[in-house]
Amino acid sequence: MSGLTVKNLNFSYGSHHILKDVAFDTLQKGQLTALIGPNAAGKSTLFKCIAGLNTSRDSSVTLNDTDLSTLSGQERLRRVCFMPQFFAANAALTVFDVVMMAQKQLRGWRVSDDDTKAVARALDAGGIGHLAEAYVGELSGGQAQMVSVVQALVRQSEAYLFDEPTSALDLRHQLQVLSRIREAIKNRDAIGMVALHDLNLAAHFADHLILIGKGEILAQGRPDEVLRDPKIAEIYGVDIELSTGPREDLLVHAYAS
Amino acid sequence: MSDQTLQPSVADALAIGYRKRNLKRFLLVCVAATVLFCTVVIDVITGPADLSFLRTIHVIFDPSVASSKESVIIWDLRLPVALLAVVVGAMLGAAGAEMQTILNNPLADPFTLGLSSAASFGAALAIVLGWSVIPGVGSLFVTVNAFIVAMGTSLTLFAFTRLRGVSPEAMILVGIAMLFTFNALLSFLQYGASEIQLAQLVFWQMGSLARATWPKVGICLVVLLIVLPYFVRKTWALTALRMGEEKAAALGVNVSFLRLTVLAGVSLLAAVAVSFVGAIAFVGLVGPHIARMIVGEDQRGFLPFSALAGALILSGTSIASKAITPGIVYPIGMITSLIGIPFFIVLIMGQRKRHWQ
Repeated sequence: MSGLTVKNLNFSYGSHHILKDVAFDTLQKGQLTALIGPNAAGKSTLFKCIAGLNTSRDSSVTLNDTDLSTLSGQERLRRVCFMPQFFAANAALTVFDVVMMAQKQLRGWRVSDDDTKAVARALDAGGIGHLAEAYVGELSGGQAQMVSVVQALVRQSEAYLFDEPTSALDLRHQLQVLSRIREAIKNRDAIGMVALHDLNLAAHFADHLILIGKGEILAQGRPDEVLRDPKIAEIYGVDIELSTGPREDLLVHAYAS
Repeated sequence: MSDQTLQPSVADALAIGYRKRNLKRFLLVCVAATVLFCTVVIDVITGPADLSFLRTIHVIFDPSVASSKESVIIWDLRLPVALLAVVVGAMLGAAGAEMQTILNNPLADPFTLGLSSAASFGAALAIVLGWSVIPGVGSLFVTVNAFIVAMGTSLTLFAFTRLRGVSPEAMILVGIAMLFTFNALLSFLQYGASEIQLAQLVFWQMGSLARATWPKVGICLVVLLIVLPYFVRKTWALTALRMGEEKAAALGVNVSFLRLTVLAGVSLLAAVAVSFVGAIAFVGLVGPHIARMIVGEDQRGFLPFSALAGALILSGTSIASKAITPGIVYPIGMITSLIGIPFFIVLIMGQRKRHWQ
């Protein structure tokens, strides 16, 4: 069966259980899934487990009919592209250099003409062509985050996991980055997951939502279903009201409870 | 990311810009290599005996044209010194570059983890107590002692990091502990040493190329040729490490394994270098900085340029050590800093961006 399936995923740091029996419905190709949940709910840990950066025993992660545990770490990371949340670099590397690094994926020494073209196209399509020759240390937090997204999208993977790709971005760029991610997932017929804090962005961009809290999956399904689930207010510790916006879209309002 | 909406003109311009920068970096490496060749020839002609630049190049490329006097001066006396300077400089430059990369620290050099004080202690054991760690090595026992103790220190550090996790902080802290331990032990030996032994020890620590021989050049070259290919193979992983551990790991770099194996390579380079020429730390610190400022930190330029910068500094040092006062060859440890610092300061003042804020 094609798509991404996760079953029976447990993970703990020492005796501290981070993820408990995580399982979710098969995520379909071409669809974007938003992973929502409060801080320390286990969103990053779940991504790292899927990508194989955290090892969890007995779990079953299947991507397009391949059991990912049968792959080497590097091969797994080629199929599953994980974009970590943090980007700390103050190196004498340009934006072009670091996107090239992602394109090369640790293979060989030489940069081919195709590599160069692929990176140039990705930078242009990502709207950061003007930053190509800037040093990574000179970037603002938002610019660095956009570079990170381009680093992920330059790669040809079967699944993409973005850990809070919009946390440092202004409004316009939040919309721009998420539209690009959604478009890329559709065009490539890949599986996309985005961890998001902003429920309105999740409602607007995702085809599917997964609510995670205290290491457990609490709800999953279409955005309007999940956002109506009472568990969401409970786990965030706020009151949540929904309304229909001026463009017939679902709006989420949160009030301190 | 749409693969349809791209504007070919912008992407093409970006690709051309990148190719240009790559070409420029390649040319800079070639220029550095050419300059290095010239300094080697100048190093050979510097000193008593009149040798001309072109004649020397001729003799180097075609030994059969040399007179017996030229042959002795160039091939037996001067070339081993000049080439040892180049090879040791390259070893220290490359070792420093990767040490700074794996420890993510601009102040790291091949001796950050206490290697040079360990080597000095090993030499002191030989000079003061007459102990040879490995018996039967004859006149090389100072060198062998220095090497064995330095490698032993790396292995200890290795064991520590295996036990406590491979974070740069842990490595640096254990390294500093080693440094102070060996400095204290060294002081003990110095305290009990005779004046002659003390003088010998001080001279050893100041560093010298005067003991250069062809076998030493050969050993250094072999070590360099063993370690460098590994660094080259890991070029993208090392570049990725500069983006932070998490990012590198997400690209498939096994960060701990990379740190440990590169540390092993750096230790081998530094221990061999220091045991042959003495503790000259400056080259491994500044060579990579010069490279970083000139070609950036893409390892495809950074690694070769760091090695070349190290070789250039030490080759320049070798020339200066003979040229300052004719007839006297000063210890290179003193000269390296004096040669390198002015150049380094000019670069710091002139660069557009500090990469280690």
